[in-house]
Amino acid sequence: MKPVAEWRYLLLQNPLTLLALLAFIGVVLCALFAPWLTPYDPFASNTANSLQAPSAAHWFGTDQLGRDIFSRVLMGTRMDLGIAIAAVCLAAAIGTFLGACAGFYGGIVDRSVGRGVDIIMAFPLFVLAMAIVAALGNSVANVVYASAIINMPFYVRVVRSEILVLKGAGFVEAARLCGNSNARILWCQLLPNVSAPLVVQMSLNMGWSMLNAASLSFVGLGIRPPSPEWGIMVAEGAHYIISGQWWVALFPGVALTLTVLCFNLLGDGLRDIIDPRRRT
Amino acid sequence: MQTTVFNLIGRRLLGAIPSLFAVIVVTFVIMRLLPGDPAAFFAGAAATEEAVAQIRTQLGLDESMLKQFWIYLQALGQGDMGRSFTTGQPVTTDLLERMPASLELTLLGLLIAVVIGLPLGMLAATHPNSWVDHLCRLLTTSGVCLPTFFTGLVLIYIFYYLLGWAPAPMGRLDLFSSPPTDVTGFYLIDSALMGDWELFRAALAQLILPAISLALFALAPLARMTRAGLLGVLNSDFIRTARANGLSRQTILWRYALRNSLLPVVNTMGMVFSYLLGINVLVEKVFAWPGIGSYALEALMSSDYAPVQGFVLAIAVLYVLLNLTVDLTCSLIDPRMEAAQ
Repeated sequence: MKPVAEWRYLLLQNPLTLLALLAFIGVVLCALFAPWLTPYDPFASNTANSLQAPSAAHWFGTDQLGRDIFSRVLMGTRMDLGIAIAAVCLAAAIGTFLGACAGFYGGIVDRSVGRGVDIIMAFPLFVLAMAIVAALGNSVANVVYASAIINMPFYVRVVRSEILVLKGAGFVEAARLCGNSNARILWCQLLPNVSAPLVVQMSLNMGWSMLNAASLSFVGLGIRPPSPEWGIMVAEGAHYIISGQWWVALFPGVALTLTVLCFNLLGDGLRDIIDPRRRT
Repeated sequence: MQTTVFNLIGRRLLGAIPSLFAVIVVTFVIMRLLPGDPAAFFAGAAATEEAVAQIRTQLGLDESMLKQFWIYLQALGQGDMGRSFTTGQPVTTDLLERMPASLELTLLGLLIAVVIGLPLGMLAATHPNSWVDHLCRLLTTSGVCLPTFFTGLVLIYIFYYLLGWAPAPMGRLDLFSSPPTDVTGFYLIDSALMGDWELFRAALAQLILPAISLALFALAPLARMTRAGLLGVLNSDFIRTARANGLSRQTILWRYALRNSLLPVVNTMGMVFSYLLGINVLVEKVFAWPGIGSYALEALMSSDYAPVQGFVLAIAVLYVLLNLTVDLTCSLIDPRMEAAQ
């Protein structure tokens, strides 16, 4: 079968995965075109119009400064998706490099990488991320670094175990007999074979990473307030929940939950398609 | 049997020392990078230059990093984790005071998750593709997507604001109750020991919403692992043999299949518990819970490094003990594990 036909067949077999893929494309489009989609300026405050319930003019209502919540949720897509993608890519790049070296070369490389991973995993991961952001300072880049550091061990483990299995395979021996260097074998022969489990891990990781970033902002570490970010918006809305203004916290919270759900469904679907044995 | 268990415990505790030491080093370094000058903070806003310098000497902050670390290690050896600037108390006292609040919350959350998650996973595995199975899949997929802090807020809105069933989310007890006499530090157990059921009810009312927000998150991996493990075991040859020999469904499920599928579940339980300890910070913030998570968060916000170091160390020690318990439980469930170790 041609690749396109094969993918169409697989996606039609898994309607939930198809739905998640469509939702994912929708989220990405929202993030890309957010500045042109927002009906109001997400930063423009209008205290005369604060804490208004959802209406035809303001679909998601307004917050304590009278800012339009719909516009802010849309703009938040950009921030949260950007952080999640950047953190996952960074973690995957570093983790793959370390894991591949550890699995391929073994010995002292393997032991030191393994020790480093063990140290990270000995921390309560969310608390480690909090401490890193607190020490480096509140900025988007530092949230990305902190998320990448706590996600990295999972990639190291996945890639290392795959490489360990693959490196004894016949095609690696063949490549070596043809005179390929170690680096070339790793890059051209082994890494393409690791890409499938890696992609699955990345898509499963994306949702978790987004939850982490939003949680950091929620506790006040990470992105700073006027920025439209879902975690901060839920934190701001938390003050108004007990007086009944539910919309301030609800919409960004629901946006976060649904986006993470979409990532997880997509990840599960991809895993089922790529590796049906691991289906649970 | 007895000696091997003690051997195992001893080896595991010794083996944990390097990673605990690494945690201490890394936390120490990160905490020294925190912005702000602790000496100036300690001296107060009106302090003179000399006063700040004096306090810096007092705290040992003018020494080299290595020297400071050595001093810290020596103090740690005597059980002294330093003093918090914000509460003015020794960190050890603060942590011991607040630890029961966090543990009670986390354990109740885990208990709820286990009580719901295990039967759900079992039902889903024994009735594949039934409505229970679909419900299980729905819960496990959506459970991990819920941001714990958001779940907590939704629960507060529904059960406190709309229905008025739950008390205000303001810590471990409402204003009208006084805490029970301190035996274990767990309000539920202490009030039950006193026989004060009114107090028990009040403590439970405060505890139930945060515990449910933790449980909703912990439920998913537990139910998922139970279902997957049990499904795998139920399809294996020895179950077919047992069935062919005419054993009843109940005997097969409870005596043969369940015990064989419990290993991954116990491992997952350990993982979930350690993860819950981390995200306790979020739930404690939402419910103004006076646990170690909110203590560490406040300290982190005011660059008060001693409590954060103490908190991370305390959690790391809890991890080690937890993993040990998990391994011991596993070797009880499956004696082959012991031989392997």
